[in-house]
Amino acid sequence: MEVAQTARLADWRVRHQSSIDEARYNVRVFFKDKLAVAGLIIIVFTIVVAFIGPWIAPYPEQGRGESNISERLQAPSSKHLLGTDNYGRDVLSRVIYGARIPLLISFVTTAAIVLIGVPIGGIAGYYGGKFDEVVMRICDVFLAFPSLILAIVFVAFLGPSIRNAMIAIVLSWWPWYTRLVRGMAVSLRERPYVEAAKTMGVGDFTIIARHILPNSFGPVIVQMTLDIGTVILAAAGLSFIGLGAQPPVADWGLMISEGREYVLDQWWIGAFAGLAILILVLAFNLVGDGLRDVLDPRSKR
Amino acid sequence: MTIRAYVLRRLALAVFVLLGIASITFVMARIVPSDVARTYVGGNARPEQIAEAEKILGLDKPLYEQYAIYMKGLVTGDWGESLRTKRPVLDDIIHFFPSTLELVVAALIVATVFGIILGVTTAHMRGGWLDHFMRLFSTAGVSIASFWLALMLQILFFRMLGWLPVAGQTSITVAQAHPITQITGMHVVDALITGNWVAFWDAGRHFILPVITLAAYPMGVIMRMTRSSMLEAMGLDYIRMARAMGVPPRTLLYKAALKNALGPVFTVVGLTFANALTGTFFVELIFAWPGLGYYATTSILGSDYPAIVGVTVMIAFVYVIANLVVDIAQAVVDPRIALR
Repeated sequence: MEVAQTARLADWRVRHQSSIDEARYNVRVFFKDKLAVAGLIIIVFTIVVAFIGPWIAPYPEQGRGESNISERLQAPSSKHLLGTDNYGRDVLSRVIYGARIPLLISFVTTAAIVLIGVPIGGIAGYYGGKFDEVVMRICDVFLAFPSLILAIVFVAFLGPSIRNAMIAIVLSWWPWYTRLVRGMAVSLRERPYVEAAKTMGVGDFTIIARHILPNSFGPVIVQMTLDIGTVILAAAGLSFIGLGAQPPVADWGLMISEGREYVLDQWWIGAFAGLAILILVLAFNLVGDGLRDVLDPRSKR
Repeated sequence: MTIRAYVLRRLALAVFVLLGIASITFVMARIVPSDVARTYVGGNARPEQIAEAEKILGLDKPLYEQYAIYMKGLVTGDWGESLRTKRPVLDDIIHFFPSTLELVVAALIVATVFGIILGVTTAHMRGGWLDHFMRLFSTAGVSIASFWLALMLQILFFRMLGWLPVAGQTSITVAQAHPITQITGMHVVDALITGNWVAFWDAGRHFILPVITLAAYPMGVIMRMTRSSMLEAMGLDYIRMARAMGVPPRTLLYKAALKNALGPVFTVVGLTFANALTGTFFVELIFAWPGLGYYATTSILGSDYPAIVGVTVMIAFVYVIANLVVDIAQAVVDPRIALR
């Protein structure tokens, strides 16, 4: 049994030797980029903090929204390392809990954007014709308008909430991926191996799923990494205007909005939340740059 | 394709896109669950008042008829009435637009000038510590939340240093003593062309922080683009040849390479226009700057649907026109673009 498994593994190794070598090489190139590695560490750190928040936040109940009026607007001290806000809540606890919503929104919406945009682009590019024409004209309309403003307008009509903010972002962002993948599908469908698969009677669906989409994987991953950062900023912006996360939830964008009234004297309420946004988005952008050098070397930054 | 055909095709696309945005906005405005007629007459209205408001707003007609009326209104300049100000939306927009235009144009000029200078410098110092630092700096520019940057600038330049005013377009005392004659509606420009130096100095000081905030993102993008396309240009055969023949590096950098690198840079400037426009939604709110972004956010928070629709269509119009101009200008400069 074990012998058969080892043999199968060895066989797999031999057959996929080139892919394994390529992956090893890519990892090595990525880890040479010190800024990208720093970004990766920050992202992992933030995700861990978001998960273990309840155990490391000094005042977890305040992180969840409970107020403590007797200690409101206190400057950073040993008791409250980053001070307290206008409800007397510990800002450090709020910043720790506040990591959850940006991470949740950015990962879920970016995944949804890709799941909607990529297949449409693949199908449009592969088949061409009328469907392609219609899809591309719809994309033209969406892409000819600033995406975040479109999202803001959508939420304005849908009503303010985290869920609606996510729906709005997905609605206004998917065409970017459709156009990206469509362009690659158009060039990929002329490739000899796709022609070969076609002559062998492989179905269109299988060709799109096995040849077209996997080959556009690199640029899509790069774009996703960069867009997670953009979506964090977009979601924070929506919360800042009052269209995203609603009080008493801890959210970085909302914290900046809550601290705005006090910013000139009690700067710490919003300052650290904004710093957290800057560091996390910066991390995603640095990783995205690093990935681009590896996965999509022809494009330039 | 000739330039003429290219321009015509781009024009047709622009019109199509505008109709598309207007249609999307209509669909969104019609599937809203919230009650437009109630916002119009106020919270405690009787049913018959609401019915009357629906008639005034045309909400009792079938959907396709509403769409036709809406489209006709957009084309003929009847953009409806703001639910809050009870003034025609188009009048409001025309009133607020110049202030935004002034901000966005100034921010893009600042971003382009500094972005190109820094981009060229870092390309020159490629691989050095300054290059790494600048990569971090330009990436930070595209990673920063504009509304947070705005607040931090207020703390630094108003609260701590006391150099610049915290918000607004002019100081009240200056506005009373040296009122600005309205010509273009742009404060700084009007003060300048009427020779009102006191007001110009004052308006200019109010102008600085919003412009820096708006310029951060475009500058980061332009810097990165300049650096990479400079590096690419430096690798071109004839530039390597020139270097080998002993042309001094400075001449090489600024005369030969930069000329080649500018094409892609200007494409990016066109793209960052979207970010600058988006930025006004936040920046104008924080700096109490009475422009289109301020009007938009306050309309959204006040559920003023006709105003939201109007602003959306206006932004689409401005953005599409700007892109059209950039595209055509590029095709004129570099006819190969029209051939693609």
